[in-house]
Amino acid sequence: MNGPTRTASVHATRAVERSLAGRRHRSLAASVFLVYLLFSTLVGLVALFVLLFTILRDGLPYLDPTLLANAPSANPALAGARPAIIASVMIALVLIATALPIAIATAVYLEEFAPKDRWWIRLIELNIQNLAAIPSIIFGILGLAFLVRGLGLGPVLLAGALILGLQMLPTVIISAREALRAVPDSVRQGGMALGATRLQVVWREVLPAAIPGIATGSILGLSRAIGETAPLLMVGAATFVSYNPGLLTQYTVLPILIYQWIKLPQADFQGLAAAAIIVLLAILITMNGFAIWMRNRYERKW
Amino acid sequence: MDAPPTTTGTQPRGLQPETMAGASNESIELPMDQREVVFDCRELGVRYAGVRALRDVDLNIHRNTVTALIGPSGCGKSTFLRCLNRMNDLIPSAVVDGACLYHDEDLYGPQIDAIEVRKRIGMVFQKPNPFPKSIYDNVAFGPRVLGMKDGLDDRIEQALRRAALWDEVKDRLRQGALGLSGGQQQRLCIARALAVEPDVILMDEPCSALDPISTAAIEDLMTDLKSEYTVVIVTHNMQQAARVADMTAFFSVDQGETGTRCGVLIEVDSTEKIFTKPSNERTEAYVTGRFG
Ligand SMILES: Nc1ncnc2c1ncn2[C@@H]1O[C@H](COP(=O)(O)OP(=O)(O)OP(=O)(O)O)[C@@H](O)[C@H]1O
Ligand SMILES: [Mg+2]
Repeated sequence: MNGPTRTASVHATRAVERSLAGRRHRSLAASVFLVYLLFSTLVGLVALFVLLFTILRDGLPYLDPTLLANAPSANPALAGARPAIIASVMIALVLIATALPIAIATAVYLEEFAPKDRWWIRLIELNIQNLAAIPSIIFGILGLAFLVRGLGLGPVLLAGALILGLQMLPTVIISAREALRAVPDSVRQGGMALGATRLQVVWREVLPAAIPGIATGSILGLSRAIGETAPLLMVGAATFVSYNPGLLTQYTVLPILIYQWIKLPQADFQGLAAAAIIVLLAILITMNGFAIWMRNRYERKW
Repeated sequence: MDAPPTTTGTQPRGLQPETMAGASNESIELPMDQREVVFDCRELGVRYAGVRALRDVDLNIHRNTVTALIGPSGCGKSTFLRCLNRMNDLIPSAVVDGACLYHDEDLYGPQIDAIEVRKRIGMVFQKPNPFPKSIYDNVAFGPRVLGMKDGLDDRIEQALRRAALWDEVKDRLRQGALGLSGGQQQRLCIARALAVEPDVILMDEPCSALDPISTAAIEDLMTDLKSEYTVVIVTHNMQQAARVADMTAFFSVDQGETGTRCGVLIEVDSTEKIFTKPSNERTEAYVTGRFG
C-alpha cells in the first residue's frame, strides 16, 4: 500500500524541482518583457509631460481674466477666447441633451431587448461598428449636405453640435453596450424571477449597475467631440466671432480658435494659443474628473 | 415561525382569483398524495435549439409539501424547475412542450402572462445573486415593482426573519448586500423571494455553495416554509433530500439510439420509499451510490 504512494510523491517532488529549475530560464525573458512594458509606458508618459510642460511654460503667462472675458481681437493685449469657450460649453450641453440619451437608449435596446438573432439587428450592429471607424471629416461633409444646406440650418452652432453628436453616437453606443454586458445575467434572472418585467429589471437594476461604465464611455466620447475641429470646419464654424454665440448663430470653438491664433505671426498669439489650450485641457479634465467621480460613486464589485 | 405573514399586499394577485379560494392550511393534515395538486405536469418536455433535453415528465406536486428533484448532472432538473415558473422563456432557444397545469390552469396557455406566473412562483438560484445594492433594497425590490408599498419596512423585516437572516443584518440594512457572506447572500435571496409572498418557492441547489451551518439553517427554513408554501428543491445531496423532502422525484438520462441524451423522470414517490424501497432499479442504483 505504501509503495506506490511513495514513488508517486517522489515523482511529484521531482516534477516540482524540474519546474522550479525551469523558472530560472524563463525569468530572463520575463524581465526583458517587463522592461519592455515599462519602456512603452514611459514613451507615452514622457511625450505627455513634454507637451504639458511646453504648453504650461508658454501659456501660463497669458492665462488671465482677459483671456476668459474678452472676445478675439487683432490686438493681442485685448484678445480673449470668451465666445469660443461659451460655444464649446454649449456644444457639450447640446451633446449631453441629445446624443447621449439617444446613444444610451440605443445601447439598452440592442443589449437588453432586441431579438439578437434577426438579420436586421445584426445589420444595425455591423453598421454601428463601421460608423465608429469613419473619419470625422466625412461626418462634416454629411452635416454640410444635410443640416447646413439640406435642412437650411446654415452654419450655426446647433448644426455643428448635431453633427458632432452623430459622430459621437457609435463610440458611446459601443461602450455603453459593453458596460451593460458586464452586468451579470444573474441580476436579470433574479429580477425576472420575482415577477418584474424586463423593463423594470433593466430600469431599476441593470442600468444603475452599468452607470459607471456608461459614464466613462460617454465622457470619453464627449471629450473627443469637444476637441474636434475637422467636421466643424466643414460645416462652416467661423474663425472670428466676437459676440456670444447662441444656438442659431455663427460660432467658433476653442480648437478652431487655437488653430487660428497659432497661424498668426505675432509671438503674443502663440502664447494666447497655449493659454487657450490650457483652458480646453481644464474643461476636459473637469469632465473626466466628473466621470471618475461617477464611477467611484457607483462602483460595484460582483 | 416567528410571526404571521403580513397581509398588506393590496394587489389582486391571481391568474384567476377564484383559484386562490380555499387557500387554507387544512391540506397539511392530509396525507401527502391527497393534498391539493399545485402542479400537474403532463408529458412535459423541453428542447434547446431543437435538441431534446427533457421529455415526457408526468409529475404532480402537492400543496404544502417539499418536493426534491434528484438525479445525475445534466439530467434536466434545472430545466424542469425553470418550466414551473416560465424562466425558460428567458432562454431564447428553449421550447417547452406538453402541459404544465398550475391549479388546473396551463402555465403555457395562450392567455397566461409569464410575469404574473413568476409573481406567484418564486425562485432561488444555485449561485446567490443579490442585486448590487443595499440589503434593504434587495428585499424591497419585489414589493416595489409589484406595487406592495404599504408597510414595506414590516414586510422586509418579516421576510428577513423568515429567512433566518434578520438578527445578522438588522443593524446593517443599508449596507451593500455584496458584503455578506455566501450563505448570508443565499438567505437574502430567499428573503427576497419571500417578500412578495409567492405561493410556491423553487430552489435550484440552494445550498451547493454553503457551509454546513448555513445549509442547516436553510434546511430548517424549508421545513418551516412548507406550512404556508409549496417548496420544490433541486439537490445533489441525498441526505439533504432525505432530511427535508416529503416527496422525491428521480430524474436520469436516457441514451437514445443515435447517441442523443435526454432527461427523463424515472420515479416519483414519498421520500421514504425512494430511499428505502424504490420501485425502479435505476433509482435504487442511484440512491445507493451504484449509479447506472
Ligand atoms: N441554456 C441552455 N441551452 C442549451 N442547452 C441547455 C441549456 N440549459 C441546459 N441545457 C442542456 O439541457 C440538459 C439538462 O440541463 P440542466 O441544466 O437542466 O441539468 P441539471 O439536471 O440541472 O444538471 P446539474 O445537476 O448539473 O445542474 C443538459 O444536457 C444541458 O446541456
Ligand atoms: Mg442544474
